[in-house]
Amino acid sequence: MALFFLLPLVIVFACSLLTRGDYGGVEQPWTLESYLRILDPLYLAIFWRSLWIATVATALCSLLGFPLALFVARAGKRRNLYLQLVLLPFWTSFLVRTYAWLFILRDTGLVNTVLLRMHLIAGPLPLLYNDGAVLLGLVYNFLPFFVLPVYAALERLDPALAEAAADLGARPWPVLWRVIVPLSAPGIMAGAVLLFIPCLGAYLIPDLLGGGKTVMLGNLVQNQFTTARDWPFGSAASLVLMLLSALVLAGLVRSRVARELL
Amino acid sequence: MKQRGLAVYAFCALAFLHLPLLILVAFSFNANRFTVWEGFSLRWYQAALSDPQLAAGLLNSLIIAGIAGVLSTIIGTLAAYGMWRRAAPVLSGTLYLSLVTPEIVTGVSLLALFQGVFRFLHLHLGLWTVIIAHVAFSIAYVTLVLSARLRGYDRSLEEAALDLGASPWHAFTRVTLPVLAPAIAAAGLLALVVSFDDYVITSLVAGVDSETLPMVIYAMARRGVSPVVNAVSALIVVGFSVIILISQRLQNQ
Repeated sequence: MALFFLLPLVIVFACSLLTRGDYGGVEQPWTLESYLRILDPLYLAIFWRSLWIATVATALCSLLGFPLALFVARAGKRRNLYLQLVLLPFWTSFLVRTYAWLFILRDTGLVNTVLLRMHLIAGPLPLLYNDGAVLLGLVYNFLPFFVLPVYAALERLDPALAEAAADLGARPWPVLWRVIVPLSAPGIMAGAVLLFIPCLGAYLIPDLLGGGKTVMLGNLVQNQFTTARDWPFGSAASLVLMLLSALVLAGLVRSRVARELL
Repeated sequence: MKQRGLAVYAFCALAFLHLPLLILVAFSFNANRFTVWEGFSLRWYQAALSDPQLAAGLLNSLIIAGIAGVLSTIIGTLAAYGMWRRAAPVLSGTLYLSLVTPEIVTGVSLLALFQGVFRFLHLHLGLWTVIIAHVAFSIAYVTLVLSARLRGYDRSLEEAALDLGASPWHAFTRVTLPVLAPAIAAAGLLALVVSFDDYVITSLVAGVDSETLPMVIYAMARRGVSPVVNAVSALIVVGFSVIILISQRLQNQ
């Protein structure tokens, strides 16, 4: 484990401090230049963009996922069936799921073909290769990451608490906002973090659904290691990505929320 | 009233999760090349099965997933067992960290490791580097499944065997291992699926002769419209679903 995971990270760290070689490798001398280059407005923009997209995707998933988790938790005997239904698409190939959206959204895809045939539009709508398509892909692929921990928190919630609030005269929405949501907060937090981290480091989804336009951190790293052959900069960028993920995770672990959850 | 609204919403959400894949599968049976329904046909399946590139990719993927699945199951099981016997916070911390590390970071760091080794040994990227990479990222999944199973396992069973004169090795192989067998099989199947599915890490560490099935599919999807990709995808979806359902059955035993 240490050999396969920690050693490679150490090598990447070393790479990030070296200079780019003439033929793509790394050479002496040691320098911090790669880290300084991240501060270039061009790359800073990619960082902000990744953070922004991951944040929006997390917010969307929370809004879409919470009612779904609530439904599954309240489904009684059929709970497990519904949980399986939420998780099953998640277990089918990641690449295939992303390709499915490519198939539906592209210019000659299902949506455009149907709309064109019904003469609702004159030409194909540009559904693919924009931020919206990337967000859709992220929400679609990572929704179960959010639903699962929220479901676990809601399942442990004593239904008597919500009933008591209702008996005392609270209407459904206040019961939801002031009783159910605060009590399942640990699950919501855990779900949000579990969602945010893969969204931040996403590579395949922005690559396929975002085309060349929506460059996120993952694409930057990949590009530096392959096409651009600038390993020191790619290493620095991947370590910053890793650091951001670790910080978010550490925030969760150290919060009160985690102690309640574990 | 509120319950019904919730149910309607949940139905829509589940449709959102399932429809894209169902549409993909449905159109793999379309006779027409374009996204217009013309009639039922198996021609894309025929085309997929006779495509030499897809066949080569499938073979590579099966070899890689098979070897990496077995190796990571063995290592992951031993790691989980070791962590159960004695708390190893560094090891378990590393494990969880590796699960949340973005794939692309794992990929480039393994690539850097291989290139670093190649400086001293005259080797190059190929099937074996992909296998090592897959073992590296599958171990965490195996260990996670096994750790969950071991948490519910009564320590006194093994202690009883030791008291009755069994060697630690015997106690492990004759008592603990049979109890864990379903969970190990489940974890192995999971590792198989995870390995078979990976594109991001594989594409970074694969050599010219080791294109896997996801890499071939990716290249085809990039190139554009081809119902052949739908057909292959449909086969993968069905195959994965079956394996995962078996794996979950085993885990719940």
